[in-house]
Amino acid sequence: MENFDLTLIDWSRGQFALTAMFHWIFVPLTLGLAFIIAIMETIYVRTGNEKWKTITKFWAKLFGINFAIGIATGIILEFQFGTNWSNYSWFVGDIFGAPLAIEGIMAFFLESTFIAVMFFGWNKVSKGFHLLSTWLVAIGANLSALWILVANAWMQNPVGMAFNPDTARNEMVDFWAILFSPTAVNKFLHTIASGYVLAAIFVVGISAWFLLKKRNTVFAKQSIVVATVFGIVSSVFLIFTGDESAREIARVQPMKFAAMEALTEGRTNVPLIAIGFLEQPPTSTEEGELLHGDFAFKIEIPNMLSYMTFLDPNAYIPGIKNLVNGYHNPRTGEDVLSYREKIQRGKEAITTLKMYKEALRAGDTEKKEEYGARFDDPEWVESTFRYFGYGYYNDDNLAGLVPSVPLSFYSFHLMVILSGHFLALFIVMLIFVLRNQLEKMRWLLYVAIWTIPLVYIASQAGWVLAELGRQPWVIQDLMPTLAAVSQLDSSTVQVTFWLFAVTFTTLFIAEIKIMITQIKKGMTGGH
Amino acid sequence: MFETLSLLSLQQYWWIIISLLGSLLVFLFFVQGGQTLIFRLGKTDMERKMIVNSLGRKWEFTFTTLVTFGGAFFASFPLFYSTSFGGAYWVWMIILFAFIVQAIAYEYRTKPNNFLGQKTYEVFLFINGAVGTILIGVAVSTFFTGSEFSVDKLNLTNIFGTGSTTISAWQGPAHGLEAALNIQNLSLGLAVFFLARVLGILYLDNDIDEKAINDRVRRQLIINGIPFVVFFLLFTGLLLTSDGFAVVPQTGVDPLFWTVKMEPYKYLHNFLAMPVVLTLFLVGVLAVLWGLFGTIFGKCSKGIWMAGGGTVLTVFALFLIAGFNHTAFYPSTYDLNSSLTIMNSSSSHFTLTAMSYVSLMVPFVLVYIVIAWRAINNKKITAQEFDGESHAY
Repeated sequence: MENFDLTLIDWSRGQFALTAMFHWIFVPLTLGLAFIIAIMETIYVRTGNEKWKTITKFWAKLFGINFAIGIATGIILEFQFGTNWSNYSWFVGDIFGAPLAIEGIMAFFLESTFIAVMFFGWNKVSKGFHLLSTWLVAIGANLSALWILVANAWMQNPVGMAFNPDTARNEMVDFWAILFSPTAVNKFLHTIASGYVLAAIFVVGISAWFLLKKRNTVFAKQSIVVATVFGIVSSVFLIFTGDESAREIARVQPMKFAAMEALTEGRTNVPLIAIGFLEQPPTSTEEGELLHGDFAFKIEIPNMLSYMTFLDPNAYIPGIKNLVNGYHNPRTGEDVLSYREKIQRGKEAITTLKMYKEALRAGDTEKKEEYGARFDDPEWVESTFRYFGYGYYNDDNLAGLVPSVPLSFYSFHLMVILSGHFLALFIVMLIFVLRNQLEKMRWLLYVAIWTIPLVYIASQAGWVLAELGRQPWVIQDLMPTLAAVSQLDSSTVQVTFWLFAVTFTTLFIAEIKIMITQIKKGMTGGH
Repeated sequence: MFETLSLLSLQQYWWIIISLLGSLLVFLFFVQGGQTLIFRLGKTDMERKMIVNSLGRKWEFTFTTLVTFGGAFFASFPLFYSTSFGGAYWVWMIILFAFIVQAIAYEYRTKPNNFLGQKTYEVFLFINGAVGTILIGVAVSTFFTGSEFSVDKLNLTNIFGTGSTTISAWQGPAHGLEAALNIQNLSLGLAVFFLARVLGILYLDNDIDEKAINDRVRRQLIINGIPFVVFFLLFTGLLLTSDGFAVVPQTGVDPLFWTVKMEPYKYLHNFLAMPVVLTLFLVGVLAVLWGLFGTIFGKCSKGIWMAGGGTVLTVFALFLIAGFNHTAFYPSTYDLNSSLTIMNSSSSHFTLTAMSYVSLMVPFVLVYIVIAWRAINNKKITAQEFDGESHAY
């Protein structure tokens, strides 16, 4: 491990996390609010009622403020794959670059072209063309989410590729396998659903503030009707896709699954921990021995996790310890390798590549063909090459192969618990607004306002789980984060980290102040 | 359709697309150029408002083209993405920073309670317009002058030694900023900056119907047009007389491993070897000059289309001579054989094929951009436009 600059890796990860988390403050609102606005404008065009135009323009104004900072924080993410993760960019660029390019061609142009019509076209184009533009902005935003999430899903579950020793990288062999991998489909649907729920809470919360202030009450209630219906549909979809995503994680990223459930020791009939506080998280010693974690408090539902994961209350689920030390899976009858064994095989895969490249350089055709043949042998690829990434670790560093259990566990549970709260809030709000009793329920209006920060926390928690739960991998089993980084001084990355931290924080403050001022001006206020 | 093409044909096709995106990007820099002239062309609040709103309806095209240019480069030539972005770190980071501050500047500039004040957002627009264009010009010029880096994919296997596992390494601590000290690079950077300003003036002249602004156009075109011509001629002169980075084809050897050597007058040779490219270049340069001087000496307000079209042709031709005719498009002066060529840095045949199908969408994208552009630009911007409640920056 001495050839890795761990300080550089930490700062590079920190910078990526910082910029990604900032970006993700603004993106989900864009994803969902675009559709809410499109629905409102559709009602306006269909009914011809001017008050719906006023409502549409109010939410569109907030959309524009949020959209701008979403773009500002987004550009750095695309280029950061190259600037800070140059090894990664080469090792998987043949696959990962494609969705990013498609995102640009297919989605960004759609968004950027029609957003100009959406904002400046009210008096320049027909109602129909304007409405179409608003819908196209919403579709464009969600299409861009599709492609970046396909790229992210591929990192979590690499499929549809083969390793080429000549170029020393993974190359795409099946585009459709990448696009339609279950991980990609689930990730896309779950993520956009989370954006819809966030946007619905945003609209409901701000409208609740208007009701509390007794301002624009008709507009506020109409907004609440649209947002709660949109929110209920989205929440159900969110929970359904979340359930599917968890099952998918159990299948392709069992360590992440064990970490998010804080399951140290594998067993059958695993209960579901509905709420729990870790007294001592399960940790790994330098020697790779795992210390048991324990809960200070927990509420669990017997057999439920086994049932939810494999639709069988008796199903076996491996724990962190089993995954590290190797285990026999009674459910599948499979013997799963220990991490020590995977490390050995990973080193063999890396060494084979080294020998191949050296033979190539020396012009030794015989050895080149001998080593090259292994990469064409599906059995060797399956038994050895698939553990390529483990080869960057040593036996004495097994702790580095286990993600943070508290972060994974709490972020997952927080997200799940809050998503239940959002659904309940939408239903209750809808009932009372339809009965025209909402203004009297002041406590409920306060709850709606305070749910706005909660939905942002839930949304961030989802990405914390997705990205920290898969550590140490940047590409599951193939490339660890520490081997993906660019060769830079850690001080260089520290400077850019703080540059982004200060810039984004400043812009964020500006955004919040502008947004609050615009909200206070009211739904019928001028621009 | 694309499956039957050879790998080299696909690499060439994608280099053409990259060149096209790069050339469209420089044309769209009229937004950046205009941003540096808000106070030169606009003397009252209303005049400046008209200028900002004219540019503000187009800034996202430039931004999106830059992002797509990056994405397309990543997908088609990932070794460039890896080597250049990871190596010339500071140049790219400063460019990105200049675009980050642009993205909020339009929307937040005149909003009440905007925390930083209108002036700060206008400074952001200026930074974007000046730093963004100059540094992108400098970065693109290194396609001809080279940079000091090495690439060794064997590093990936360096798990037992103490050496780095990163395949590319930049020499020197400036991480790309050293390129700005080279006169040829700097001359292209400044040429792009002044060209962007010329295009910005021509665009605003075309889009705004306000006598006070239109009257200032001629003087500003002279002030910015002359340095543009000087720096562009300096760059072109240095380019055509300099040594270039030639790929040496070797029979029986995979093009991945072909070597690179210095060749006197390489880029002049490239023009002569590809007369079509030379023609595009000359027609492009003439069109830019026509647009510039035609507006200075004539009364036409459509110079943007002549100069813009000329910009696209000129930049397109420059990209083509950087990558075609056995030339290393991203050369290394530290280790010639680490230089990137369209053959050794590209994606696989499969990926380039898949992406080529995606590229068929580009004409549709262009069509709807034209439709939306015309819908928004069908009436020139006037002071009366801001009387109502409509959205404005």
